[in-house]
Amino acid sequence: MSQAAVIPQTTPWVLPSRGVVGMACLIVAESAIFTIFVVAYLYYLGKDLTGPTPSQVLDLPIFTSICLLSSSLSIHLAVSALHHAKRDLCSLWLAVTVLLGSIFLGGTALEWHKLIVHDGLTLQTNLFGTTFYSLVGLHATHVLVGLIMLTLALLFSLNGSMTAKHIGRLEVLSLYWHFVDAVWVVVFTVVYVLGR
Amino acid sequence: MAATHTPAPAASTQLQPRRLVLDILHDWVTTVDHKKLGLLYIGYALIFLVIAGVQALLMRVQLSIPNNNFVTPQTFNQLFTMHGTTMVFFVGMPILFGFGNYLVPLMIGARDMAFPRLNAFSFWISAFGGFLLYFSYLGASGLSGAGGAPDVGWFAYAPLTAHVFSPGHSTDYWTLAILLSGIGSIGTALNIVATTLCMRCPGMKLSRMPLLVWLYLVTSSLVFVTISPLTAAQIMLMLDRYAGSHFFDTQAGGSAVLWMHFFWIFGHPEVYILILPAFAFANEIIPVFSRKAIFGYPAMVAASVGIGFISLSVWAHHMFTVGLGPGANTFFTLATMVISVPTGIKLFNWLATIWGGKIHFTASMMFAIGFLFQFLIAGLTGIMLSVAPFDWQLGSSYFVVAHFHYVLVGGILFMLFSAFYYWYPKMSGHMLSERLGKWHFWIFLIGFHLTFDFMHVPGLLGMPRRIYTYEADRGWMIWNMIVSSGAIFQAAGTLLFVYNMIWSYFKGPIAGPDPWDAWTLEWSTPSPPPEYNFAEIPTVESRRPLWDIKHPDDPDSRYE
Amino acid sequence: MSRNIWALLSSDFSQGTTSIFAPAGTPAHSIFSLSMLVLGITTAIFLIVAGLLLFAIIRYRHRASHPNADQEPPQIYGSTQIELSWTVIPILIVVLLFLATTRIILSTQNAPKPASALDVTIVGHQYWWEFSYPKLGIVAANELHIPVSDPKHPTPTYLTMTSADTDHSFWIPRLAGKMDLIPNQINSMWIDPQSAGLYLGQCAQYCGVQHAKMLLRVYADSPADFAVWVARQQKPAVQSSDPQAAAGRAVFQHSVCISCHTVTGTVASGRFGPDLTHLASRDTIASGSLPNTPANLRAFIDNPAAFKPGALMPAMHLNQQDLDAVTAYLSTLK
Repeated sequence: MSQAAVIPQTTPWVLPSRGVVGMACLIVAESAIFTIFVVAYLYYLGKDLTGPTPSQVLDLPIFTSICLLSSSLSIHLAVSALHHAKRDLCSLWLAVTVLLGSIFLGGTALEWHKLIVHDGLTLQTNLFGTTFYSLVGLHATHVLVGLIMLTLALLFSLNGSMTAKHIGRLEVLSLYWHFVDAVWVVVFTVVYVLGR
Repeated sequence: MAATHTPAPAASTQLQPRRLVLDILHDWVTTVDHKKLGLLYIGYALIFLVIAGVQALLMRVQLSIPNNNFVTPQTFNQLFTMHGTTMVFFVGMPILFGFGNYLVPLMIGARDMAFPRLNAFSFWISAFGGFLLYFSYLGASGLSGAGGAPDVGWFAYAPLTAHVFSPGHSTDYWTLAILLSGIGSIGTALNIVATTLCMRCPGMKLSRMPLLVWLYLVTSSLVFVTISPLTAAQIMLMLDRYAGSHFFDTQAGGSAVLWMHFFWIFGHPEVYILILPAFAFANEIIPVFSRKAIFGYPAMVAASVGIGFISLSVWAHHMFTVGLGPGANTFFTLATMVISVPTGIKLFNWLATIWGGKIHFTASMMFAIGFLFQFLIAGLTGIMLSVAPFDWQLGSSYFVVAHFHYVLVGGILFMLFSAFYYWYPKMSGHMLSERLGKWHFWIFLIGFHLTFDFMHVPGLLGMPRRIYTYEADRGWMIWNMIVSSGAIFQAAGTLLFVYNMIWSYFKGPIAGPDPWDAWTLEWSTPSPPPEYNFAEIPTVESRRPLWDIKHPDDPDSRYE
Repeated sequence: MSRNIWALLSSDFSQGTTSIFAPAGTPAHSIFSLSMLVLGITTAIFLIVAGLLLFAIIRYRHRASHPNADQEPPQIYGSTQIELSWTVIPILIVVLLFLATTRIILSTQNAPKPASALDVTIVGHQYWWEFSYPKLGIVAANELHIPVSDPKHPTPTYLTMTSADTDHSFWIPRLAGKMDLIPNQINSMWIDPQSAGLYLGQCAQYCGVQHAKMLLRVYADSPADFAVWVARQQKPAVQSSDPQAAAGRAVFQHSVCISCHTVTGTVASGRFGPDLTHLASRDTIASGSLPNTPANLRAFIDNPAAFKPGALMPAMHLNQQDLDAVTAYLSTLK
């Protein structure tokens, strides 16, 4: 290498973390998918030819929403615990996150059971059914994937495999989880507040 | 920077030939090396280029005379659907991402992409998508028994794609194949963004990146907000077809126009995803063969980013005839006209780069110059189409088909040929034959202009697109014959090109690391580069690190 | 050579041409004028930029014989002034083009509808056109008759359009730009042919297998001719006394023809296929793709797929005698 190659750097050469950038890209892409489903929901509001309308059958899912949004706090605490090398605390907060997320999914399942069996609303019923189940279902799928990953993280934390070197990876997972919660804020507002 | 020499592996072909072939195959199938994956993408795309080219030839034979019956109506409708779908998703995207995969890490001084296994996964899932699309010929049951390939057009408008109008599974093969290829595209784009932002060598600030890398960064960022709407729309379509939902079910109050919005929110930025890499190649090749730095680097970056953003706002110029109303028509006319400003800036900057230079007419440069003239014309016909009332006449006609083929073939394919002649030496270690390259250029040029210049005329004379035949009394025959004749020249030129690539791999002169006396980091490695790319990660001080080394008395770093 | 090309592009004989450069109505005329402006601007841009490119590649080619052949040329990295100039000038061109375009968009889409306008409703089908005149009580198919419009006392025809199945598009290049027919949506446009004659077009949005054969024929009739046509169309179906036609009528009314087709004044009231009440008054059948002769009619009824594979009318499987009779019957429906 010639003399032009190496010069003393005045500032250290620091670049962003690959995991964070990668997850940010995934979040942008997923946000775009959700946006299209939200647009379809809004476009078809009030355009049903038949069948139950949102205000007739939807109840505000306050409890499950609080659970889901609190799980953002609990995963943040888990990451923080890992930063401070407190393995048991990290496991605890991960377990709380999984629990809260599962309550949310369970609540969604109960809500859907009521809508299908008691109110006769399915994907095929009308435009509201189509857009409601697809949007909420898409979100629920993302929650499910997140729960699987969180459970894996919990297992690794419990058996001691998760150490300080994995802080970056847990942070990336927590970014995904925060995204899932943020999407719920949007879905909640569009479906249960604006739409009813 | 001296070329790093790696000792050649000991030749062992005499001993166990069959095991060696299996080893090679295993190596390629399991590779996570960005260069091999890049070549896999490129090779795969070239196979589909030939297939889709044959589909085009068949269509041109059918259309050369009125009321022809060379193919049945059903076959013709499958041909234009498969030709368009293949060219966009299984030629354009893979070949451009293939080049990106190969070049981006090399140009930023990195050893590989940020996520090599994701890279491999993205390739193989896209490849499976292509396989699935073509399996439809065998596997699906078509509407009228003509074999099962999809026949709904590459944009698959609703409600033609509803189960009632497209029974059988051909539409589903279309949907699933593209869904899979979309996942691959998002994976590769994610890799390119993460690599570019997180793995540049020391000293390579964003403002010192080669313009190719900038353009791939913009392209990849676009992918996230472009492919996703299509993915969403296709999930909706599948739900409609199989789960009885009503997204595009007009009988239940659904909207056919909603599909159009979603599709074109994907479809328009998609064509920018296809052209921006062609701009990327132009930004590297034109300066080297003009022996001058690119004129206006900061303006080029700004224009490229601007094009990326504005491209998200023009989609409904594909829907001027759908009845959106004067307000929307006016807005989308304006947005479409506005995008011509940064695009023009890029063209003028290339002109200024050539101006005052010392132009070397290698085959690569000849294709690049062809690109400049042809992209100018394509842009101007685009401006014509942006005028909504003009589009009311010419939309959905052969004028539009001529316009977009001018961009895709006259712009992107020409620039791809240019990129092949430029980087093939780096990828294979051998030069392509310049003599064959020039024959390729002139034959293809004649064919391109015969076909696509004259294709504008039937549009002006009222010929709509996607028709398997036409009436004899419209006066369209002579123009269609000329258009069809050009296809033969293009086929000949392409075959010559394929022959050149194969012949040169075995017999072409050795290229060495830097046959073109160029200035970016990939030319500091051996040809082909070893798996680890660089023996030592370089440090750079300007946009043209090799210029600095070759001209130590007058480095670029003084002028930036 | 150029005169021949121009003649080809703008021939104004009314039969056969569908060139956008032969406008015969107001919307087509205003698009034509706008397109001349656009073509002028884009041609000028092309000549300047391509001219500069051509100059550059000739003037600045590397000459090996030149004394400085091995030296690199002066490296110019950019110029803010030049960048500004070729940003500002295109912006000005865009402003000009945009204003000219907006004027035509508004004048066409927001044109006030005169009281003398004729209303026609178009429903697109796979693969035929249903035309109804609600205020005149007429339902026709595939061949649209409208009055010529005198520019001094305009009598335009306002088309309200939708589709019964997939997307279609109504395009008569000499009269106006195209407008799509979309299911579950109402679109509208207007046309005002200024000279009498036949204007050709066809469906311009891929709608399925036989999209290519969904042709259009617009007859601009003089006011007198139009009145005659209207009067004839308003009458119910001709009841011919010819014995073969009567036999054919019996066959027709006892077969499934009546479930798809309407013949007013009879039991046939199907809406899926074209109205046949005045079939014999049309020049063509199969949506403009076949001349309306007894031989063609007979062959089409026998096997529509021979002419339009994928057309939704099934082969009727009538025996030869019934086929002759039905053909004779339909040929009397003037």
